Amino acid sequence: MKQLLSGNEAIARGAYEAGISVCSAYPGTPSTEILENIAQYKGEMYAEWAPNEKVAAEVAYGAAVAGSRALCAMKIVGLNVAADPFFTAGYMGVKGAYIVVSADDPSCHSSQNEQDNRHYARAAKVACIEPSDSQECKDFVALAADISEQFDTPVLFRVTTRVCHSKSLVELGERTEHAPATPYARDTRKYICAPANAYLNHPLVEERLRKLTEYGNTTAVELGLNKVELAGSKIGVISAGIAYQYAKEAFPEGTSFLKLGLTYPLPDKLIREFASKVEKLYVVEELDGFMEDQIKAMGIPCTGKELIGNMYELNAQLVRERVFGIKNPTKTPDAAPAKRPPALCPGCPHRGFFYTLAQNKNYVVTGDIGCYTLGFAAPLSCMDVCICMGGGFTTGMGMSKAFAAQGITDKVIFGCMGDSTFFHSGITGAAEIIYNNGRLIPVVLDNRITGMTGHQENPGTGFTLQGDPAPMLSVENTLTALGFAPVFVVDPQDLSAMKKAADDAVTALNSGAHPAIVTKRPCLLVKRYKFRPSMCSVDPDKCRSCKKCLKVGCPAIAIEGGKARIDRTQCVGCTVCAQVCPFGAISKEEN
Amino acid sequence: MSDVKSVILVGVGGQGAILISKIMTSGLIQAGLDVKQSEVHGMAQRGGSVSTQVRWGKKVYGPVFGEGEADILVALEKMEALRYAKFLKPDGVAIINDYQMHSMSTATGAEEYPADPIGAMKKCFSTIVVDAAKIAMDLGNPRCMNVVLFGAMCDSLGADGIDWEKVVAATVPQKAVDINIKAFRAGREAAKA
Repeated sequence: MKQLLSGNEAIARGAYEAGISVCSAYPGTPSTEILENIAQYKGEMYAEWAPNEKVAAEVAYGAAVAGSRALCAMKIVGLNVAADPFFTAGYMGVKGAYIVVSADDPSCHSSQNEQDNRHYARAAKVACIEPSDSQECKDFVALAADISEQFDTPVLFRVTTRVCHSKSLVELGERTEHAPATPYARDTRKYICAPANAYLNHPLVEERLRKLTEYGNTTAVELGLNKVELAGSKIGVISAGIAYQYAKEAFPEGTSFLKLGLTYPLPDKLIREFASKVEKLYVVEELDGFMEDQIKAMGIPCTGKELIGNMYELNAQLVRERVFGIKNPTKTPDAAPAKRPPALCPGCPHRGFFYTLAQNKNYVVTGDIGCYTLGFAAPLSCMDVCICMGGGFTTGMGMSKAFAAQGITDKVIFGCMGDSTFFHSGITGAAEIIYNNGRLIPVVLDNRITGMTGHQENPGTGFTLQGDPAPMLSVENTLTALGFAPVFVVDPQDLSAMKKAADDAVTALNSGAHPAIVTKRPCLLVKRYKFRPSMCSVDPDKCRSCKKCLKVGCPAIAIEGGKARIDRTQCVGCTVCAQVCPFGAISKEEN
Repeated sequence: MSDVKSVILVGVGGQGAILISKIMTSGLIQAGLDVKQSEVHGMAQRGGSVSTQVRWGKKVYGPVFGEGEADILVALEKMEALRYAKFLKPDGVAIINDYQMHSMSTATGAEEYPADPIGAMKKCFSTIVVDAAKIAMDLGNPRCMNVVLFGAMCDSLGADGIDWEKVVAATVPQKAVDINIKAFRAGREAAKA
């Protein structure tokens, strides 16, 4: 019986069936559930959370060099982190299959830009495969593994949010165990990236692309990876990925389709032949005109981006509207909704940290990627810069050098990031501060979990992805070992202690020391810490409607009827609001 | 014309829209239909506005749809009904939980919570209103609010011949079957009122 699987669940199943045995990833939306689902096949597949995507790509590559089939997975921007090994793996090739899953995020649902990672396949000159539903997610992993081994290439397995997080029906198969064809043997010509070897590899890479192109024209069609669906000669559509589903729905009956699963290199003869059979050719793809630009460069007239646009997600209605000018009727109610942006949860340990720093207008906060990015939002409004994972310390470093050059002395910079981000790429930034004498205070917001992506283990949590106990790496000991002193460890929910730690760190910084702060309190959603919720309530007789409690930015507090009111379904009794109330109107209820 | 039906479930991260879509898709698959469902994870889950789309029919292509394409809109929070109203067909049905949750901007007073979101929806669409929070509370478990709402919507799906009670029982956790069946029945009755 078919099962309803998300694309991510289907990729995991595909890895299992394809006999892949080593998998590594760093969590990142929309890719996270791939490794979470692979983890359930413990015993048959090794699955791990790596500290970052570059590590994940290298671990999987090492496994492929050793002859096993391997997969790594990452979100859209994760491939930027992993780009270094990804490119050179393209030159060196593999022994066992090497699949790099890139989960792109059109419309930026959970990402900091909208890059189209198919360009990476072209830049690295490796094969790119794009499934368009869950069944293909599963089936194409096995095809990708075969292509990787047959053509000695990494395969970029490119999916998007709507492929990853949409569920559709999948017919499951059995696992085929995969053993290396030959025993492992050292091969320095192939696996040492010395310049002399790299020079010799480039012609092999170009030859590989020619062979892959021919494969796309022929074998890929036989295997159903590339599909020709001839229905009529008036309109033809070339499409791939989720855009194919939208085009199938939007274009009229009688439209012919060339659906590509192998989108780099493009099958030139197949495209020419298809184009010759239709009067009008469209190319429908999300984001950039990746296929369209190449098809136009082949001298084939086609229409795509000029109508469809190169920004944001598509859907069938948008394709219909932009290609055929057909818009659905809609009705607009005469009341407008207020904005509802995401916010730090009630009881979030990060709230006390940001509230404390927000009280001093001379504090500059360089932030990072995680739940705590939400510290930028009103009313906390406590962040100046946030660019990428691990950038919290180092952007602050650059600002400190610029402020020094400009003679600015009254600003104090706090560079902050979470524990998982610290292990991801914060440690190198911390070394930078010590080595190049940065005038800033690094802060690790240590909540003992990878929060935003939905609670994944990391080197600080004490467990591996597959549930085995692991050493708990200490953030404070790592900072101390790098040369930070004093290192303040503080409960951010205790506002007076938090303020004292910040004040003492500033004093130490001004005396020429390298202080650091670790705010320590587990995310209350982490089950293993058995958080016992309680409740705060407002005494309306004492409330003077000053609205100071609203400044902590807690979703559980609002002003109703002129007085502060705490929503009993949301409050967990963290008392941060009670600590800021000047009139003692908020108190924690006795259980 | 395609036989595909589309539903959009909207609410606030953490309200339990995922369980509703799980019950719905289980029943539809058992009825032999092609089903696709799409949801959003990550950043938006932290108390933000969230939506889930479910589509079914003989053959479904896109897992998501655009404006003016939903047959049914189900709002677990009433202001969210307004936000996603544009997805509803003009002759579509809105099923709204009479339940209000502040957003950060209405809590701080930066914006007003709309005075009568349900009234505004009623002027445009055929609308079913259920106080699912109160019904769930009266049954003794506020957390089964989502199943009350599923009960309220199931007869609007037009998917006849599915024994939804059986599907609910098979989808919710074993120890919570009784309370969820009660919640389902109460919601179904409330929608007929």
